[in-house]
This record gives sequence, C-alpha cells and structure tokens, in this order.
Amino acid sequence: MTDGPRARPSRLFRNLNAKIASIPMILTALVVFVGGTVWTVVHSFTNSRLLPRLNFVGLDQYERLWTTPRWLISIENLLIYGSLSLIFSLLIGFMLAALLDQKIRFEDAFRTIFLYPFALSFVVTGLVWQWLLNPDFGVQHVVRGFGWESFSFNPLYTKELVIYGILFAGLWQGTGLVMCLMLAGLRGIDDDIWKAARVDGIPMWKTYLFIVIPMMRPVFITTLVIIASGIVRVYDLVVAQTSGGPALASEVPAKYVYDYMFAAQNLGQGFAASTMMLVTVAIIIVPWAYLEFGRRR
Amino acid sequence: MRYRLYRAALAAGAALFAIAPASATDLEVAHWWTSGGEAAAVAEFAKAFDATGNKWIDAAIAGAGNTARPIMVSRITGGDPMGAFQFNHGRQAEELIEAGLLQDMTEVATQEKWAEIVRPKSLLDSCTVDGKVYCAPVNIHSWQWLWLSNKAFEDAGVPVPTNWDEFVAAAPALEKAGKIPLAIGGQPWQTTGAFNVLIPAIAGKDVFLKVYKDHDAEAAAGPEIAKVFKAADDARKMSAKSNVQDWNQATNLVITGQAGGQIMGDWAQGEFQVAGQVAGKDYTCLPGLGVNALISTGGDAFYFPKLNDAEKTKAQFVLAKTMLDPTTQVAFNLKKGSVPVRGDVDLAAANDCMKKGLEILAAGNVIPDTNQLNTEDTNNQLNDLFVEFFKTPSLTPEDAQKRFAEIIANAD
Repeated sequence: MTDGPRARPSRLFRNLNAKIASIPMILTALVVFVGGTVWTVVHSFTNSRLLPRLNFVGLDQYERLWTTPRWLISIENLLIYGSLSLIFSLLIGFMLAALLDQKIRFEDAFRTIFLYPFALSFVVTGLVWQWLLNPDFGVQHVVRGFGWESFSFNPLYTKELVIYGILFAGLWQGTGLVMCLMLAGLRGIDDDIWKAARVDGIPMWKTYLFIVIPMMRPVFITTLVIIASGIVRVYDLVVAQTSGGPALASEVPAKYVYDYMFAAQNLGQGFAASTMMLVTVAIIIVPWAYLEFGRRR
Repeated sequence: MRYRLYRAALAAGAALFAIAPASATDLEVAHWWTSGGEAAAVAEFAKAFDATGNKWIDAAIAGAGNTARPIMVSRITGGDPMGAFQFNHGRQAEELIEAGLLQDMTEVATQEKWAEIVRPKSLLDSCTVDGKVYCAPVNIHSWQWLWLSNKAFEDAGVPVPTNWDEFVAAAPALEKAGKIPLAIGGQPWQTTGAFNVLIPAIAGKDVFLKVYKDHDAEAAAGPEIAKVFKAADDARKMSAKSNVQDWNQATNLVITGQAGGQIMGDWAQGEFQVAGQVAGKDYTCLPGLGVNALISTGGDAFYFPKLNDAEKTKAQFVLAKTMLDPTTQVAFNLKKGSVPVRGDVDLAAANDCMKKGLEILAAGNVIPDTNQLNTEDTNNQLNDLFVEFFKTPSLTPEDAQKRFAEIIANAD
C-alpha cells in the first residue's frame, strides 16, 4: 500500500495482529460515534419533524431552545445535580473507603452492603425512592405514625426540593461504586509509606490528605470520568422518580431531548438540544484532556 | 447455566419460526386503551374482528398517547410495523403518510361509502391526503365536559352547579367540607386540555378558531384570552390540592365524591359506567362547561402501516371494514363513552350525557379538536406551559399569556 523502503517495515504494519483485531472497534467508533454525532449536528440545523429531512433553517432551533423556559430549568437542574453529586459521591465514597480500610471486622459484609444499591437500575432506584419519599406511604407517614403529627417531609412534591430528592437517590445508588474504586486505590498504596509516615509522626488525616490522595490521582481521574458521564446522561432516574414534575421542576436536558425528538415529533429541536449537551461536555473535557494528556507527550 | 441459556435461545428462535407461518391473518393492533372502560371497549373490536376468521393480537401500550405514540412511530420507521395502530384524529400521522409508510385504504373507503356515512365530514378529511384515505375513524370524542359528583355537593350542602361560574362560586363550600373542588391529574396534557376547554366556553368559538386555526398571535394576546387565563387561574386554585397523576385516578376522585368535579373529555364517562354510576343521579355532566354548548370532534382513528404480506393487507381491509360496521360501532362506542362516527346507527341505549352530546352534534355546534389544528410540537410546548402554570402559583396569568401568545405566533 505504501511505497516506503522494503528493508524497514512501515510503522503501519507493526503489530499487525493487534491492528487487525481492533478494526471492528475502530469502525464502530468512526461510523457509530463520530458518524452519528456529525449526522445529529447537521440535522440540528434543519426543521426536521417526525422524520429527518435536510431542509436547513440556520440557527432557528437553537434560538428557540435558549428561549424555552423548560430548557433553562433543565440546565439549572443539571448544574445543581451535577456539582452536588460530584462533590458528595467523591466525599462520601472516599470516607467510606477510608473507614473500611481501617482493618475492621466484617469488611466484606460492609462492602457488599454499600455496593448493593449499585446492582439496581436507575428505574428501580427511582421507584424505591419515589415510595420512600412519598408523603402518604414513606418517611413522613412512618414518622407521623410514631406520634409526631405535624412532621412534614415531602420533597418530591415541593418544587424547590425535588431536585435534592433525586440527588439523594442518585447518591444512594452511586456512592457504593465510588467507595469500591477508592478502596482499590487505597489498597494500592504501599504499606511502607504508611510506616514511614508513622515514624515521622505525621497524623493520619494529614497522611491521607497530603500523601495518599495525591498518590491516588489515577483512581480519582477514573472515578471522575465515571461519575461525570453518569451525571450528564441522567434521565431514567428522573423519569422513574418524578417524570419531571411537579410541573417542570425536575426536568433534565436528556429528558428534553427525548421528549422533543419523539413525543413532540420535532427531531430538529431534539437534535439541537443534544448538540448543546455535547458542546457543554466538550467545553469541560477538551481543556482538561489537553492538560492531562497533552503534557505528557 | 450457559448450556441452559443457549437452549432457551434456541427454543425462543424455534417458537418464532413456528408462529410465523400460522400468523398469516393474525393482525397486531397497537393502542393505548388500558383503563377499565377503554379496555372493555377495545374488547368489542377484538371480538368483532375475531368473528371474521382473523385474529386480533392485542398490543396495548400503557400510559397515555404521549408515551405510546413514540413507541408506535419507532416501530414503523424502524421496519417492524404492526398491523394497525391508533392515533388521534388530526395531524399526528401527517409525515408518516408523506413518507409512504402507511397503507392506502381508499379501496375500502369507496366500497363502504365512508364519504356518505361518516359525520362530521372533517373526520374523513383528517384521514385524507391528496384524495386518498389513510385511516379509519372509529369514534368522536369531545373534550368540553365538566363532570360533577352529586355526592360531593350534597356533602358540602350546596346545589349541584349548572355552569362554570356557579362551580367556581361553590368551591369554598367544597373546600370547607374537605373536598378538592377540581381534580386535575399531574400529566401535562390534562392541564392543557382543561385550558383548551376553557377557551371556547369563556371566549367563544370564534376566538378559539382564531387562536388555534389561524394561529393569530394578536388574538392570543388579546383581552378575550386574558379572561380565559383568569378562569384558568381560578381552576388552578381549585385544583391545588389534587395530588394524582393519571386522568382516571382524577375521575375516580369524582366518582368517590372526594372531588367536586373534573374537566375531562367524554371518555371519562366509561369510568363512571364501569363504577356502576348513573348519569343525572350519581353524577352530572355539563357540556361546554354549561356555558357554551359546543363540542369538539376529536377522537381516534386507526392507521394501517404498509405490509409486505398480501394476506395481512387483506386482513387490514377487513379490520377497517369491521371497525365501521354499524353493530361494532354501537357496541364499541357505548362502552367507550364516545359517539359513533356514523350518523345512521341506533343509539337508544345511550345514556343522558351521551344523548346531550348527540344533540349538540346534530345541531352542528362543533369545533375541530386541537389535535386537528396543531402539530404535536405545538401541543407539547403548550403542555410545558400549562403544567408549569397550574403548579406554579407565582406565575401570573399575564406572564403566562405572553408565553402562550409566543407559542401561537411560532406555530405552523
């Protein structure tokens, strides 16, 4: 294929087996991911309704998107849910892992219990928490049953609180996994480091904060990517728990995309919204990836 | 374990093959009729179709049309069409027809003289594109009904209202008696529906047509619609305590006397019937909210995707014919609480409410349904607006009207 000198095999043919083996994945990535993305972005500039059509209308769909109150509410909710869920799942996950790492008894049992919620899908999680937080069957009902009649706890039907109700369910489901990842990271720290720190008389919290955590950087990055991708695509949890209600108070961008693409039969609007989601992710990921990977080369 | 899975997969595959040849005249029919009254009605269709020697395979999709329609459309565009599917009269299937995915039913329509028997004519017009008929209208549903629980008003010690204003005036008494004055479910289409009922009742037919047919933004921002928003403001105060989701749960609040009333289409009647309630004695119905006796001619129609199997296409024709058969029409519509699409059938068995509807229909006091006038996109935007309006006391009627006018201005 290439007409390079015959004596030295071209770089293209080095590790040929591995390259052939990865062709299916490369094709999938190119056709499905890149191709699909390009197709979506192109069609977001059209007025496609039920079926995709190439009838370009410029930025109309985007103008409409950014003047739609529901989209703005969705973005705001995603910001609240995203930042809090990122902070708390890392914090709680790390704390649990650090506690489990204290050579406690029944560690396996605890680990299983904490990881268990992760085995449930978001739909089941959403339904369970919908019932738990429902004023007529859940926490409020139980507490009132103990005799505290005026107790009121009704986050899912209160517009200002509903997103925290969803956050709670999301954290309950996701922190177990974060804990496991963190625990694996902690176990990867050499015992000699702990011994050295102890000899130097450094308190345990300082060892964690200034020695162990910086050493766990790769684990943190993996965890961050897993949590972040979970945040952006949050959809099923909301559908199962509140279906966006009360009113529009718990809408999220992914739900807007689905509803406008399919229920409203307006593909153009849905594509515009999903393109905006992609742009948001790219704005965060690209500079970070540049710093993270670009530096090493 | 692995072996067992493998065997299960094989068995499933074999089962598929076994079914395929036998299903020559099996027709899968998709619809979203799952509440008690609806299921009883659709069983009438199934019975009549089975009697023709074919087999009705029921593919009910739970949830309202908003949930079911995307599933149906994705099956059709994805190349796995069912035999027939239910949509509302109107513009929902427009693009599927344009894309040539639906079967032309003109043959049956001419044979059975649908043009002569279907009334009002607008129903068949909604099915017709370029002179070809693509769907079989099966019933007429109207939205413009206020259902009142006689028991609730008795408990509250006030007479049963005869119009909207009296109902609003009776709300405090109902509240004092621990009742929810107006039951509205949390699903967005219900709030939009209630508002769309208020428009012709409060502002009249002309304004309704100007806003939804001509998409006249000025009329939408005008003083007549402002009055409607004022009434909607009353409605949202009256429904503030209603904590249910589905429309039939809200109807159930009325049936059990926990709520004073509900603005809902005449399909609610099926629920009253299943609960064994009698019109006039246990519940009262006010068409056009007792103000403007107008009803809309929405409803349901069946569409038939193009299939490659000639046998199945024949079965589709039979099904379309069966659905408009006089006996099936009566049996189906009595259970469904809707009005038959043919004017030439005997409806002696109809109850008081249905008779009221028939009279209004015969007098020609009809308006088109919003589904016939608006695209799903516009309806969805309206849903977003009204569900927010009804659940957000701080959103003023004036601000909401501004957003309403904007949606109408951008509608096509």
